[in-house]
Amino acid sequence: MEFSELIKTATVEKALLWRPGLDTPVTGTLCVTSHHLLLSSCPRGDLELWLLIRNVDAVEKRCRSSPRLSPRVCPLAVSGVPLTLSCRMSPLLSPWAAPGSVLPLPRLQNLGWYQPPRTGASLRDTRVSGSSGTITLRCKDLKVLQLEIPGMEQCLNIASSIEALSSVDSVMMMYPFFYRPPSLRLEQGWHQFPLETFFQRLCSRSSQWRLSTVNRDFGACPSYPEAVIVPAAVGDDTVTKAARFRQGGRFPVLSYFHPKNGTALLRSSQPLTGHNRRRCPEDEKILGTILDEGERGFIIDTRSAQAAKQARMGGGGTEPKSAYPQWRRLHRALERGRPLQESFSRLVEACSEPCVSMDRWLTRLDGSRWLSHVKAALSTACLAAQCLDREDCKVLVHGAEGTDTTLLVTALAQLILDPCCRSLQGFLGLLEREWIQAGHPFQLRCARSASSHARSKQEAPVFLLFLDCVWQLSRQFPFSLEFGEELLLTLFDNAYASAYGTFLCNNEKERRLCKVKESTHSLWAWLNQPEEKQKYLNPLYSHNPLVIWPSVEPQSIQLWQGLFLRWIRPSQHLDEAWREIRRLVEGNNNSTQESTGKRLSQPLPDSTAGTEDGR
Amino acid sequence: MEHIRTTKVEQVKLLDRFSTSNKSLTGTLYLTATHLLFIDSSQRETWILHHHIAAVEKLPLTTSGCPLVIQCKNFRIVHFVVPRERDCHDIYNSLLQLSRTAKYEELYAFSYNPKQNESEQVKGWQLIDLAEEYRRMGVPNDYWQLSDANRDYKICETYPRELYVPRTASKPIIVGSSKFRSKGRFPVLSYYHKNKEAAICRCSQPLSGFSARCLEDEHMLQAISKANPSNRHMYVMDTRPKLNAMANRAAGKGYENEDNYSNIRFQFVGIENIHVMRSSLQKLLEVSGTRGLSVNDFLSGLENSGWLRHIKAVLDAAVFLAKVLIEKDWISFGHKFSDRCCQLDGDPKEISPVFTQFLESVWNLTEQFPQAFEYNEAFLLQIHEHVHSCQFGNFLGNCQKEREELKLKEKTYSLWPFLLAEQKKYQNPLYNPDFSPDLTLLEPNTVSFNFKFWRNMYHQFDRSMHPRQSVFNLIMNTSEQNKQLEEDIKELEAKIKQRNGQSDVVLEKEQEQTAHPAPVALKSPPCFQKEQPPMPMNDAVRTIEGSNTADNRYSELVSEFSKAEPAVVSLEYGVARMTC
Repeated sequence: MEFSELIKTATVEKALLWRPGLDTPVTGTLCVTSHHLLLSSCPRGDLELWLLIRNVDAVEKRCRSSPRLSPRVCPLAVSGVPLTLSCRMSPLLSPWAAPGSVLPLPRLQNLGWYQPPRTGASLRDTRVSGSSGTITLRCKDLKVLQLEIPGMEQCLNIASSIEALSSVDSVMMMYPFFYRPPSLRLEQGWHQFPLETFFQRLCSRSSQWRLSTVNRDFGACPSYPEAVIVPAAVGDDTVTKAARFRQGGRFPVLSYFHPKNGTALLRSSQPLTGHNRRRCPEDEKILGTILDEGERGFIIDTRSAQAAKQARMGGGGTEPKSAYPQWRRLHRALERGRPLQESFSRLVEACSEPCVSMDRWLTRLDGSRWLSHVKAALSTACLAAQCLDREDCKVLVHGAEGTDTTLLVTALAQLILDPCCRSLQGFLGLLEREWIQAGHPFQLRCARSASSHARSKQEAPVFLLFLDCVWQLSRQFPFSLEFGEELLLTLFDNAYASAYGTFLCNNEKERRLCKVKESTHSLWAWLNQPEEKQKYLNPLYSHNPLVIWPSVEPQSIQLWQGLFLRWIRPSQHLDEAWREIRRLVEGNNNSTQESTGKRLSQPLPDSTAGTEDGR
Repeated sequence: MEHIRTTKVEQVKLLDRFSTSNKSLTGTLYLTATHLLFIDSSQRETWILHHHIAAVEKLPLTTSGCPLVIQCKNFRIVHFVVPRERDCHDIYNSLLQLSRTAKYEELYAFSYNPKQNESEQVKGWQLIDLAEEYRRMGVPNDYWQLSDANRDYKICETYPRELYVPRTASKPIIVGSSKFRSKGRFPVLSYYHKNKEAAICRCSQPLSGFSARCLEDEHMLQAISKANPSNRHMYVMDTRPKLNAMANRAAGKGYENEDNYSNIRFQFVGIENIHVMRSSLQKLLEVSGTRGLSVNDFLSGLENSGWLRHIKAVLDAAVFLAKVLIEKDWISFGHKFSDRCCQLDGDPKEISPVFTQFLESVWNLTEQFPQAFEYNEAFLLQIHEHVHSCQFGNFLGNCQKEREELKLKEKTYSLWPFLLAEQKKYQNPLYNPDFSPDLTLLEPNTVSFNFKFWRNMYHQFDRSMHPRQSVFNLIMNTSEQNKQLEEDIKELEAKIKQRNGQSDVVLEKEQEQTAHPAPVALKSPPCFQKEQPPMPMNDAVRTIEGSNTADNRYSELVSEFSKAEPAVVSLEYGVARMTC
């Protein structure tokens, strides 16, 4: 396949770009390339848009002979907000610039913010005459762009080109395989968090576990990495047999070791008991050897008892008490799959209509049920953490496939329990271990975002739900996480559309087949560059060795405005206040280093633009 | 005193209202003339002022004792279990009596003695001077003057003595107009915007009925209109929903007839009356007090209460007022905190959450404009606390006249000096006096999602719900430290200067012997010992983090496992209802 086949019209002159909150639309030359949608403003050329086409979630087009932006596609009236541009160029947007000849390409980003309608200014003055069409691009990062393109045919061509390019399925055709930033080397960052390091920390404290290569060449479980941690007392042959008793071969492995009392968190998929209540002695042995005599453990099933029972019809099920006498099962129903995706869509829809009445807003917020899912996920993670830390019990977490809500719970529990996971490096390590290597199917789950019409059954914002829960923790413990909201937003953006290979494919096996680690750059390498890292750090952070127990009362769960209203809410005053906090705190830490203080008192985009230009 | 039969009860349990495991503290309950005091076994004290008590309820007897639920006006709810029913009954009766003071003279403010001498007391009351306030606004001037019409409260009992009215409004017009207005509250100046020469006036509804008119009142509005020379039209904002205004016509009241008043534009802003507000708040409290609340219950309860809708309506109206009428600066409305509250004081006897709403609106503004207000959330909460505490004289009585009759200024103390003394606690460390110089007024965004549930107000005593680390405290301490360091720098610089001066004149000879005397001195200045390690306050701030899992209701595991305590009481929380 050639990209050129998909591009029907590559360039359009005098296209109009508009975004809610923008004062006046930007006119310029629009260009469709294999991976980007570009717009360069005319005649001055001082503004540019670089949009990764993979970021486009839905394309809506409407053509008319007398051009007019309809009120529906243009729900927010144009306001008198001055055009604010953050002239930041991120390397992921400059693929063609040769090293050394980097031109400062400003990028239209976060252009203004929503303001209540004040003037009824129309687009009449800037509008092109003759027939034209409007394309609304709903992006996966929840921003909405509008393009007005002269000529009906051109408009349709552009729209179908974007549609075709944004739904290219082949992994190897995706942008990360073409993206070569000058500042990074390909192999950088891919082996930053080896499981061996994690294991070494553990085995100095306990001899109950061993690092197993039973999954070499992904023989036992295709969605596990090659190295896993299993109980030391069971051999690889037992593990191989137990794997056959678990869905997708996901046998129980160690997810986290709690140094305080030597308890452990394990995860797996559901056992394949089926309707005839099959048993597997090897699986029973694995779980049996973990517990001493008389010791009790907990199995947290992320489905309701009812759903777990029903799963028997499909060959799945749960661990029966008789076969696992020392384990107690707790059911905590967490939403997943389609209902979760719909919840996400409903919330985004509710947020996109800011002019509704108070009652309507609350109804819609409530109706989306998103905050209920946040609460449920957090409380289940707290339950797991409580069992480990307070009850001194070992815990096994699984749902059905063991790749979604299971990981949500185990990753969150670790963040709550383990201070190491709350540092920037520790958190990236946690993501690598508990999400990427653990086989969360990112490609399937994040193929489409909230506004896509064409939806397959596989999409679900489980990872976003995790990020939201982390954000809730960061609100309740603002000094305990070394990273800030900016990192969570970047992770969200990159999980759905990225220039880096980190979130590509569904598991390590696929990544090996696609040569992801050889042919793409790692997001971690990018984030770890000193000037980049600076942006994601939380200035208020100070190491907190305690377990952080969040409040899960509805009064304590908040809507993550920074994500869901990122492109809608006015954030100028909040940003300024945050900058002031940064200045105060960092001024305090670096009171001797005058230069640092000066740099930080400047608006961030400028300083980053400066450093990137210099490279 | 005669109400108190039992002063001390031992072995009383204080239940945590959000803990499912029936966690409780055991301690001793003391009843004093002004407070109910609970001291638990670890010597922590819980003070409840009698005037704060909104409702006391005795619940049916249980195996472990007699439960007593006390709901406070500052949204604290305490749940005691008293071992003997007799004691419980005594306390219940005492509290009933003590919390319902019939006479002003029995209020705490009249017995409260903060050990101020007389001149301090007088000064405290003089801290805020209305005339000074009006002078700041530029009144009196060519258009507005001080009227002595109400000097003896003859025209309107609920207005203060000093009133500002248009110069062209003669006394007969004032008197005539006041007779046409409900309770005599004729239009008077509330706020004057110097730069725009525009004014906000306030008055009560006209007694127009269906057809009545009053020439003096029409003259009065005409005079006000002329006193705003830069505005062609005058807006009359009726804060009621139009339907309410129409309904009032039948009772001989109503609203101005546009035909009779020239150059007037009408605007109904639909803020509901105090009865709707009261029940709205009550619904809100019922929802937020429910144990084991789901997100759904909470959000639909929040919606059904309509509370946030009312807050939005209030702010919407204020924005309209600010924009259309005079583009007035909301900053001054807020940041000169002590000035405004005097006029806008709520009143404790008339039960309606209007003042709470005002505070909540201000809080919403501070959330949107974190740098625009000099004070912080704690200040708003503290004011709310004292509006109900009756500890200071400021909020007692219903009007100036009543306050004078009560001789509040001689007998009670003013709250403001106490707040000012603790100023540091209430300052916003992010406050920027030059906040957005191009913005002379705040333009709050009244889009629905900007209105949030004020957890720190309605759950201020439910500590398990609060963020476990406070950014505000950290910032406050940090900026405090920065200030200290800057002062140290200044001090050091001054010392260096002094040294240099000395060495220039006197120590020239010494300098020849010791090569660099000044730098040597710099290496170990005495002040460096004062320097604290970076951010030592972290530990102090992090007081309740890592708190007990049992506070958070993740599961019933605790009771399942350890069977720690037999169920103390088997009460449904819903039984306790607000009865005020």
